[in-house]
Order: sequence, then C-alpha cells, then structure tokens
Amino acid sequence: MQKIYSQIIQIAGDVITVEAEGISYKELAEVKTSRGIALAQVIRLDGNKVYLQVLSGSRGIATNDKVRFLKHPVQVSFSDNLLGRVFTGSGDSRDNGPALRDNMIDIGGPSVNPTKRIVPKNMIRTGIPMIDIFNSLVESQKLPIFSVAGEPYNPLLARIAMQAEVDMIVLGGMGLKHDDYLFFKDTLEEHGALSKSILFVHTASDPTVECLLVPDMCLAVAEQFALQGKKVLVLLTDMTNFCDSLKEIAITMEQIPSNRGYPGDLYSQLASRYEKAVDFSDAGSITVLAVTTMPGDDVTHPVPDNTGYITEGQFYLRDGHIEPFGSLSRLKQQVNGDTRSDHRTIMDRMIQLFADYRETKEKQSMGFQMSSWDKKLLDYGKRFETDLMDLSVNIPLEQALDLGWKILSDIFEPTEIGIKESLAKEYWPKQAA
Amino acid sequence: MQDKIKRCGKVLGVNGNMVAVQFTDKVIQNEVAYVVMGDERLKSEVIRVKGSRCDLQVFEDTIGIRIGDKVEFSGELLSVELGPGLLGQVYDGLQNPLSRLAEQHGFFLKRGSYLEALDKEQTWEFTPEVKVGDKLRAGQQVGSVPEKVFKHKIMVPFDLKGTLEVVSIKDKGEYKIHDQMAVLKDEIDKEHVLTMVQNWPVKEPIKAYAEKCKPTEPLISKIRIIDTFVPVAIGGTFCTPGPFGAGKTVLQHLLSRHAEVDIVVVAACGERAGEVVEILEEFPELIDPRTGKSLMERTIIICNTSSMPVAARESSVYTAVTLAEYYRQMGLNVLLLADSTSRWAQAMREMSGRLEEIPGEEAFPAYLESRIASFYERAGLVKLRDGSMGSVTIGGAVSPAGGNFEEPVTQATLKVVGAFHGLSRDRANARKYPAIDPLDSWSKYKSFIDADKVALSISALKRSQDVDQMMKVVGEEGTSIDDFVDYLKGDFFDDVYLQQNAFDKTDEATASERQKYVFDIISEIMDQDFSFDDKDSARKFFQELRQIFINWNSCGFDTDEFKKQEEEIKNKIANA
Repeated sequence: MQKIYSQIIQIAGDVITVEAEGISYKELAEVKTSRGIALAQVIRLDGNKVYLQVLSGSRGIATNDKVRFLKHPVQVSFSDNLLGRVFTGSGDSRDNGPALRDNMIDIGGPSVNPTKRIVPKNMIRTGIPMIDIFNSLVESQKLPIFSVAGEPYNPLLARIAMQAEVDMIVLGGMGLKHDDYLFFKDTLEEHGALSKSILFVHTASDPTVECLLVPDMCLAVAEQFALQGKKVLVLLTDMTNFCDSLKEIAITMEQIPSNRGYPGDLYSQLASRYEKAVDFSDAGSITVLAVTTMPGDDVTHPVPDNTGYITEGQFYLRDGHIEPFGSLSRLKQQVNGDTRSDHRTIMDRMIQLFADYRETKEKQSMGFQMSSWDKKLLDYGKRFETDLMDLSVNIPLEQALDLGWKILSDIFEPTEIGIKESLAKEYWPKQAA
Repeated sequence: MQDKIKRCGKVLGVNGNMVAVQFTDKVIQNEVAYVVMGDERLKSEVIRVKGSRCDLQVFEDTIGIRIGDKVEFSGELLSVELGPGLLGQVYDGLQNPLSRLAEQHGFFLKRGSYLEALDKEQTWEFTPEVKVGDKLRAGQQVGSVPEKVFKHKIMVPFDLKGTLEVVSIKDKGEYKIHDQMAVLKDEIDKEHVLTMVQNWPVKEPIKAYAEKCKPTEPLISKIRIIDTFVPVAIGGTFCTPGPFGAGKTVLQHLLSRHAEVDIVVVAACGERAGEVVEILEEFPELIDPRTGKSLMERTIIICNTSSMPVAARESSVYTAVTLAEYYRQMGLNVLLLADSTSRWAQAMREMSGRLEEIPGEEAFPAYLESRIASFYERAGLVKLRDGSMGSVTIGGAVSPAGGNFEEPVTQATLKVVGAFHGLSRDRANARKYPAIDPLDSWSKYKSFIDADKVALSISALKRSQDVDQMMKVVGEEGTSIDDFVDYLKGDFFDDVYLQQNAFDKTDEATASERQKYVFDIISEIMDQDFSFDDKDSARKFFQELRQIFINWNSCGFDTDEFKKQEEEIKNKIANA
C-alpha cells in the first residue's frame, strides 16, 4: 500500500515537514511539485512529524504537494556502465547519457572492520618531488590539499590524477565552478582517462542538499569497485563547500552550533567519509585526495582543523607550490624505507636545512650581517626553491634524490650537515677538487 | 531473577543516533536497551528520562528505524565481561571481538551483531589458591589460570559485600570460563557461585582494594625528554595535547611498545582506523624484551575508530579503563593510552546537542569537566587486599581545536593530570621528534635523574632560547661570543638528548641506565667553559660534536662501538 501525503505543514530552508506514519529514518520520498518530481530524504522523526530535506531545494514547493515515501534510503546505481559518465549529486545523468537505474546500492554504508584492513605498502608515485621525496603519497591514504582560494588546487589535483598509477578515478565536485567542472572533464578526456573515470558533480548553482550527497555517492561506488579488486582514486573538491552545506542544514534544523556555526558532529561527518579510504586485505583499495579551501588562510578554521585530525597528513598549497612546512604524509614511513637507503636522510636533512634557511632569510630581511654559514643557507634555500619546490618540476623519485645530493654537495661539506658517515660515503657526489 | 518480565517500549522519534522512546512500566537510568527492527537488535543506553518518555543513545547507525518500533529494556547497565582471554584481543567500544566479527561478516561491521567477548569453549588450567573454610573479601583470589605470561587471578566478584567463606572450590584441572569454580557464602549465609567470568558496569570504578596510594615511582617510558624532564609516575596520569601532525599518535605507539609496564591497554577512540591496523600488524611481530614474547601478548586494543558509531566511542574509553582496572586487581602495572580523549568529549557534545541541553563553552556540555576528571581519577596506585600493589597509569592524547590549548577539553584535562606533555607545532614542523616542548611542559612527578641536574639543564635551555630570541632582534653580530656559545649548547642539548630518532632501532628507546649515563656526560659538557676564537669555529665545534653524538646514540649500550664513540667525544672536548 503506497500512501500519499498531501499536507506539508512546515517549510523551512530546504527542510519540509509532513505528518505521516510508518516512515523509517533516512528513507527517501518523492515530492510531486508543479515543476516535476523532487527527491527528499527523512532526516528526523518526531512522533508522526517527518522532517525531510529536499535534494533539489524547497523553492516552489506548495503545501498541498504530494509526498510519496519510497521505502528505501538514498541509492546509486552500480555497474561498469558508470565509467565515463557524469552524474549530479543525486545520481541523475549530467551528460546526455541515459539514466542508470539498475543494480541500486545504498550509499553511506557501514564502516570497514579494522581487522580487515591492511597496512598500506605501495607508494603512489606522482613525479612531483615535494610529494615523492618529502611526503610520499601511499595507496589507501586520505589526504586533503589545504589551499587558499585562488591557488591552483584543481590543476594540481588533475595532475596527480593523471600521473598516479591507479585503475580508476572517481571525481566528486562540490560547489564546483562550471569552468572547473569543464576543466576536469577536458583534462580527463585529453589524457584518455575519461573512460576509466566516473564524475559526480554538484556545481555552485545546484541545490545545496545535492552537495551533501556527492561524497557518499562517490565513495559508495568506489567501495564497490575496490571490493572487485580495483585500485580506486577518489578526488573530492571542495570539501569546505560540503561542510558549509552541512552547516546550512544543521542551522535550518535548529541544532546548537559548536564552532563558527558548524554542527557539533562535523568531525564525525567528515570522518565517516574520509575513513572510507581503505586497503582491503585481498581486494582493492580506495585512496582519497580532497581539496579543502581554508577561509582566510586560517588552518584553525573548523573545516581544515577537523579535517587535519582525520586525514593522514595534508598538503599545503601556498604561493603556487607545496609548502614543505605543515605538509605531511603520515604514511610516508610505510614506503620511504624501501625506496632507496638515502630517502629518509635526504628528506629529513633537506627540510631541516630549509627551515634554517627560512630563519636566516628572516634575519636577512631585518638587515643583519650574514655569517658565512648564513650565506650557505641562503644559497641552499634558493636552489631548493627553484630545483625542487617549483610545481612544474616533473622527475621520478630517484632522479629527485640525486638532485638533492647534488644541491647539498654543491653548497656544504658532509660534516656540516649531520649526515651519517656511512650514507655520505655512498651518496655524496665525488667532486673534482 | 528468572521471573522478571521483559520491559518494553515504543519508538517515538529519531534524531541522529538519539531515539525517543515511550515506556509504560519503569526504566533505569543508563540501562541497556535494544531497538528491535525485525531481526536486527540495536544496542542502546538510556540517557534521559522525562515522564513516560526516555531518550536512548543508540550505539549503531539508526537508519531505517520507524516510529512504533519495539524497544526492549535489559535492566542491566552497560557492562564488560572480565575473565581470562582478554589479552591480545581487539575489541570495539562495546567489547565485541573484531576478528571474530570479521570471520562472521567479512569486510564490514554488521549492525546489531554482538558477540561474546570471551571464548567460552577454550579451556584453562585452573589452580585453586584457597581451601574450604577460608575467609575472603571481594577482589581476593580463589585461584589462578595461566594467561600468556601472566598468572591470571580468578577473583571474588568485585561487587560482593563483606567477608565470604569458601564453601567449595574446584580441584586443579582444565575448565571453561563459565564452569562453576567455587561457591562462597556471605555473612547472611547466601551462597554465591563463582565462574572465571564476572561482569562489571563500565562507568563504575572497581574499588575492591585496601587503599589508594600516592604514585611516586617513575614509569620508565624510554623516551628521554619524558623520563628526564616531564616524567610519569606508575599509577599517575598525563596528557599529550597537540595540534594535528605534531606526533601524538607516534608518541603513544612508542610508549605502548617501550614503556616498562606489565600490560598496555590501547583505546583508539575516534581516531584513524589505519593507526590501529599498524598496531595490529606490528605488535605480533615485535618482541617485548621483558618477557621475550610478542608485544601483542601484553596488549589489549579497544578500537572505536572515527567512522564507527559515535555513541560507542563514548563507551570505549570506559571499556578500556575497566579492563585496565581488572588487570590492576591482579597486582599488575597497567598503562592505558587513550587516543584521543577529545573525540570522546566530542561524542558527549554531539549527544548533548541532540538532547538540547544548554551548551557550555564551544557547545561542550556543562558536565564535561566532571566527566574528564572522574575518568582520570580511575588511574592510581593501589594496595590490594593481599598486600600486593597494582596500578593503572592513564595517558590521554588531546586534540585541541585549532591547536589552541585554551579550549575546554585541554583545560579540563590539565586540571586533573599529573604531567603535561605539550606538543608544539613549531618543533614538529622543524622535524624535531618528540615534539614535546621542554619548557612549556610540566610534571608533578619525580624523575630518576637527579633533580638539581635537571634544573640546571632546564635553565641552560631557557638561556639558549633567550639568546636565540635576542639574536632575532640584534643579529648574530650583535651577540657576544659567550652568549652565542650558550645558545649553541642549548641547541646541541636539544639535538642529541631531547630529540630521538624514531626510525633508529637503538635511538628510539633509551633505557634508564643509559639515560643516566649519557645525561651525566652531557651535563658536564653543558657546564664546561669553552673558549673559541670566533663564532664560526664555535658553531663548527658543536656541529662536529653533535655528529659524533648522533652516531653514539645509535650504538648499543656498552658495546665496543659505544665505547669508541664515547672516547671520541671525550677527545673532542679535551681538544676544544
């Protein structure tokens, strides 16, 4: 028996309320409006009052519009037919392809049993020395790119996507500018990668609620492919828009805000998405790279702050390059011990020296006399910035390490920089003099 | 108890993981209830009662719950099973064994599936330690079974009152955990049957001991900066607040591996699943030097990672501390590491918000401080009723929002702990491990290193930092050579003693004798007056000295190589 309810008793923001019975939590409903059929999801039950968030927004909904409950939660179709396609946040076709309705799966499924995970062991090479040497990306890692608006985060994301060795890519766009959406689509097409990609895109002009569904859609699909043994790379941009949508709904629902208006469960909400990154024992994996723009370049803003506690490190994008301080790949030690025996030493020492360089530069800018050591540091810093840090540098890891030794030996004596003798013997470039 | 009719209720509303329930007869605050959805039964806890309506926090995803669904009340508080077989296990926040869940349900955690925490089929070799007619009190042992390397005591249930007389006791032999092991008679002649298992409500501290003592003896963590500057006492408490990326978890992992205690309980509370997996893969391989067995044999992991249901996250720290207290009752030293207590606090905040309670600072509930205080108060050194000592040491990681220590969770924690290991973002960014700030951090406990010497080195560090600050203003050229040497000394001390190389097999953990030995040598260097011609030669000297020291740090203690490097250091200093 399919009961239809035709009295909407409250409309606030994108949340409508009807009185109905036998409804289950998180169930999906259809609202028939004069402009077509809108989907809505149950977000609260209180006695016979049912609160629904309308995915396409509540604009134009009349109080006597008909609401029909569908007896299932939000679902997405899953099959190989998804490859090469573009969908909206609610799973409708955004390209001109057919709508997919076969083999529907629930989104936001249960969490993986920790004992069925394995410690990731495979490095994902990107050809970007700031990542490969200093903060290696690892399969199944979840890593945000913290960035200020205006930085080239989407091109960086696209470049990693193109160069990373994975079986398929799921891209989730949230509040994406239409140009950026086209940029991703074109880049994927140009590199012939569209056929192994699936895009769920919510653009800035689409309804807020759809934005909330994008990560779940992407990750539900990614999870199924991973279970089939695929190495999946999930790219999400921009998670700050996702959090702002959460905030909007929470405020509409009159929840008590915890920090700058964001709901108290922001951490759990983000974690339940990021934690979908996984390396399954005897199946595939999901790696998640997500752009998080920092309002006002403030890393203590609730969104980057909560994200940082969940993810396995972060890349800071600032002034057009990946900033060595603050950027961190927590999983790097799982892989950088097996690449080359000098990898860790080069990583540590070069960063420490670069920190000294920054300090010296500060002193210099204040007009202090530079000692001979200071001068060496200044030379070093410049070389580091141009040869390694520049985002256009595209070389494999081994070459980048050799370059590291070259820079060090051009400027310093081995004893000056505290590198273990045995290593220096092996790698320190022999000089003519 | 058999004649008790199951009390039931009906779902009235659902909001996130909070379910409102209509009941008829009675409910008990904090009792366990189950929301029945067809064949799924979702475990929950009563957290508020108002008239004939009560609110439950559900320990599972609430998707699909309908108005009118049946709710069954169990009459029992949220409890854990205590008995042999806990060591080496991995549990979720409600004490479900995760590996057995995986065997049954595969990759994903299935909602509403609860398994017994202990294996009921396994047999244990029981040795009675009392005889008929003996008088006992709660917490005293009636017998023991060997569990891993420990003698697991089978004790009189902690909730029995007064003196009990042994009526019967099983002979030595193999038994299962639910077999009847003994019968005791209490003061009013009521008989109590003992098995190897007892249940205990997680939110109640176990108090079956003679007295609680003051923690004085240092707990050797083998991390130099902690043991020397901000030591922890056996039975004490400490907290490690730090912004993300400062190395809280790495520090906790190393503590769990190297700390000189009998048992480690790791509560991974609302943190990354990957970190737990690392422990799961590493620990079985690592050998505990104290016992010669795998580290896993002394470890219990309670893991309620960030994507697992929020309400169970709240209970996970209580589950962990209850298991820790249980092993303490056997006269063992237990270290509980909770990572991170902020997530637990956030779980409280989420629930408080759903209950529409009046929020305190940053929307945390008003009872935040008292909950944190009562959790840390469950640590302690106790004298047991048989005269032996046992302890629970609690170390909690704190993840302050924005890395700002002024926030409510850090502040509430600092009020109650005995040691504060503050991690600094600057030190972490400069790749200094451990990133504990030696000057901001504090401890109320005593170190095994002479306090006067420690005080001297702290003042040397302060001096070095002051000069460093000054140099930022007046530049190196405006600094006198004496000041400059002071600066270099502090920097040197930081590099070779306070920092440790977490990737170096030897340097990652320093035993107490070695710490004392090395600290003495460094103290001498710090005290010595050096005279240099200019700043560059001073810098060069300390750079070279540092190099030898770093090599020395990775030599095994008292090996030939160790002595050789030591000789070199002495030569270097003599020739300065």
